[in-house]
Amino acid sequence: MRLKRNGPAVSEPPAKVTAKATGAPPIYLRFFSWSAIALVFVPALAGTVYMFPMAFGGEGGWLQPFATLFGVPGIWTSILLSLWIGLVATAFSVALTSLFFAAFAQTRAVSVLSGLIRPLLAIPHAAAAFGMLFLVAPSGFLMRLVAPLLGFQHPPDWLLVNDPAGLSLAAGLALKETPFLFFVVLAALPQIDRRLTITAATLGYGRIWGFLLSAFPALYVQIRLPIIAVIAYSTSSVDMAMILGPQLPPVLSVQIPRLMNDPDLSLRMAASAGAIVQLAITALAIGVWLLGERMAISAFRSLSTRGFRLRGDGALRSAILVVSAWTFLVTYLGLGLLLLWSVAASWRFPDLFPSHFTLDGWLSPGSDLISLVWRSVALGIASALIAMIMAVGALELEYRRGRPIAGGGWLSLYLPLLLPQIVFVSGLSFLFLSLGWDANIFAVAAVHLVFVFPYVYLTLAASWHHFDRRYLDIARSLGKPPFMALVEVRLPILLAPLLTACALGFAVSIAQYLPTLLIGAGRLPTLTTEAVALSSGGNRRLIGVYALLQALLPFIAFALAGLGPRFVWRNRLALSGPVREISGRSA
Amino acid sequence: MFARVFVRFAALVLAVLAANLAYAGDPDPKDWPSVLAEAQGQTVYWYAWGGAENINDYISWVGERVKADYGVNLEQVKVSETASVVTRVLSEKQAGRTDGGAVDLVWINGENFKAMKDAGLLLSSPWSTDLPNHALTDFENKPVLGRDFTEPVDGLESPWGTAQFTFYYDSASLPEPPRTLDALQGYIHAHPGRFTYAAPPNFIGTTFLKQVLLGLVDDRSVLSRPVGQADFDAVTAPLWAWLADVTPDLWRSGALYAADTTQLKTLLADDEIDIAMTFNPGEASSAIADGTLPDTVRSFVLDYGSIGNAHFVAIPFDANAKAGAMVVANFLLSPEAQARKADESIWGDPTVLAYQKLDAGGKALFDALPRGAATLGPDQSGAVLNEPDSSWTDALEAEWARRFGAAR
Repeated sequence: MRLKRNGPAVSEPPAKVTAKATGAPPIYLRFFSWSAIALVFVPALAGTVYMFPMAFGGEGGWLQPFATLFGVPGIWTSILLSLWIGLVATAFSVALTSLFFAAFAQTRAVSVLSGLIRPLLAIPHAAAAFGMLFLVAPSGFLMRLVAPLLGFQHPPDWLLVNDPAGLSLAAGLALKETPFLFFVVLAALPQIDRRLTITAATLGYGRIWGFLLSAFPALYVQIRLPIIAVIAYSTSSVDMAMILGPQLPPVLSVQIPRLMNDPDLSLRMAASAGAIVQLAITALAIGVWLLGERMAISAFRSLSTRGFRLRGDGALRSAILVVSAWTFLVTYLGLGLLLLWSVAASWRFPDLFPSHFTLDGWLSPGSDLISLVWRSVALGIASALIAMIMAVGALELEYRRGRPIAGGGWLSLYLPLLLPQIVFVSGLSFLFLSLGWDANIFAVAAVHLVFVFPYVYLTLAASWHHFDRRYLDIARSLGKPPFMALVEVRLPILLAPLLTACALGFAVSIAQYLPTLLIGAGRLPTLTTEAVALSSGGNRRLIGVYALLQALLPFIAFALAGLGPRFVWRNRLALSGPVREISGRSA
Repeated sequence: MFARVFVRFAALVLAVLAANLAYAGDPDPKDWPSVLAEAQGQTVYWYAWGGAENINDYISWVGERVKADYGVNLEQVKVSETASVVTRVLSEKQAGRTDGGAVDLVWINGENFKAMKDAGLLLSSPWSTDLPNHALTDFENKPVLGRDFTEPVDGLESPWGTAQFTFYYDSASLPEPPRTLDALQGYIHAHPGRFTYAAPPNFIGTTFLKQVLLGLVDDRSVLSRPVGQADFDAVTAPLWAWLADVTPDLWRSGALYAADTTQLKTLLADDEIDIAMTFNPGEASSAIADGTLPDTVRSFVLDYGSIGNAHFVAIPFDANAKAGAMVVANFLLSPEAQARKADESIWGDPTVLAYQKLDAGGKALFDALPRGAATLGPDQSGAVLNEPDSSWTDALEAEWARRFGAAR
């Protein structure tokens, strides 16, 4: 959930800031730089550190919590599942994305598919998981399609979802991670020299093999950090694993909250030990991946000197196109099924469509939609706006100082995306509880901000650094102070990227499950927490309602963000278009 | 020396004062008008299992009524496992909190009640027996209202409803359901993949274990004593043998279980299983009424009787809105609220009130309730078996997890 990663440019560090603005930056701008670190880096680190004393100790010696943890039935299976699912999902997403761009870079297929994928980025993991569940479960839509052919009177007793090996969870993760990596590559691709692939083609290489040999190594370096974030997420996802994952035993990241919810104190300490193990698993998975990189490099090297050129790769290209398109269509089909289930009164197997419809799910008082939507939207808008103001402040400071925020500052923004959420959000919830800060909406919003700010900052940074500074120079030469140049020149011109970053921040906030649940003590439910809580109950009508609304809110935010500049700048062609055209110079 | 004694004495005085202040701050239901006055304007966070739409709707109706009548704002916090609420309050206690806790009221029974009671997590003075509507409850004839899984209630929780473990099935596809344990075992083998239960520690799954155990033990009285006094392995051996025997022929071959009663109902509605189970004897009729299940669904119980218990609401020691919580608990015991809860078109949960204690208006509310075709009559619902001592719950769940909870 954490990685609601929309938008481009998450991959690139801010470009070197060259021109230095006059004078020392005012004190309020320094405040932004420090507050960004304080609000993102400190909670992530504090939460993680707080888990350690809780994981070591107790009555039976300092390793007792680990002994208890490893006494939990099936815990080793849980650990191996986390590792395996995280790596499989990542490998599939990376392979499909790489192969797709190898086969179709600089073709119309990229622009067609990217139009199809853009909305997918805004869909929360939980909603995508429910959609997939309704599609592929034994009583799901696909089975209903083939039931007449196979003569099924009732759903077959097949383990298609929640399978003990975790394949359905890996597939679900891949459905969400592939679009993300797709966009990361799309943002990185312009920096790759096109002449590389052209040279490969003139040497007689087929499209795919030629791209992999010539352009891919440079591209991979660009997307490496986001890939590591994908591994971190996939090895530790909670909400998606609760919906699609194995249950007996579940993956480690689902077992930890189960233990944490046990009134038995020794099990709760074992949960803290589990969080430390989770940290190790994620680190191990990243290590395995880096090892795999080395093996892939040497394999590539030896293959590249063999001289074969894979010229006739047409069939392979078609296969890649079909698999990619399906990967994205599944999520759309799932959304359609969410809509159908939300209004289904009675939908028996093997009927293709509901026999009766009802609006009870939308109107029933117990579902309390108005207050859930209100709270979700309020949290989303508050955290997105605060994040945007902070990001603008931090970026303006970078501009005035003529250098990026302090050394590791940029990397520290990645910390919340690289640490397993279950580890540091659990730690934070204990910390907040002991300080008496929990169960209020400000605490929840603050923890949302930990995840919202990095995305808002990283998306905005790209447009900020591509801004043509001569506009500012002109404003300054006409006597405007730096602040007025910012407010009257830069911000209006950057309206479109500002709104896009805001919508992205909003989407990230909407999708937060664990922070909302743990920090809010369950007392501040949002659409996301309610939808995931229902996954245990199997009331598909309500799941349909919550999950659909959950997916709809980010859609609306992005639509508004797209319409805003068109309305405000309806008489300024270059300012009302898509984000990329306002940069003033080529990326 | 003297200084140290003085400091200790001062600390003692302060501690006693603080305890008294805290105690004096708790509302006293014997003085009901002052409870009502204090409750006015309070917001009560009620942590209640939120997996069933009809129950959530009912709770939402309760919220409207207590708002209108007493000015109490009721917020349901939907939880999937009540144990997490116990943990929540325990964490608050460990963090040193004495008031302003997150939980004002919790829907609870059995081992969770015992855990909270033993750990001192509940409002310490008896309160439920002093609620005005408590006089209407049928505590004389329903022992489950005074002993929750054999644990004395002691006025620390207020009854809300009663329950009886009940199976239901679609009579259109299954004319005669298996009514003995042997017949059920035979049915599972004859129809592989068509039966399952919920994975413990979900309460319906744990209750299924207890129900089977009660049918297999020679001497049921061992179960009413704490598990520590019994030879657990010997007593439960027949249960594990029975389960091990049927597991390969369960739904998904026992690699996956249902999550809770709602999913069991969905599985029956999808025709994935033939027999579902519930703690609410009115569940099948209620599901027919809302269109979830076909009108050919019927209920049954096993020949040796079925487990009955009661469910309650309790107030944590550090609740923020104790008076408001008491007002809600009292409203839940009103004839109006109880009759609506028993209405199968609403929920169908049996009442805890004694019919003969009600006035004419209250009796009329219950007289007007229809009984759905899928609800068993008093003559069909068989003997009520007592819950085993609550200590058996954890022991059974742990052993089940060890034997069946990890992929083989």
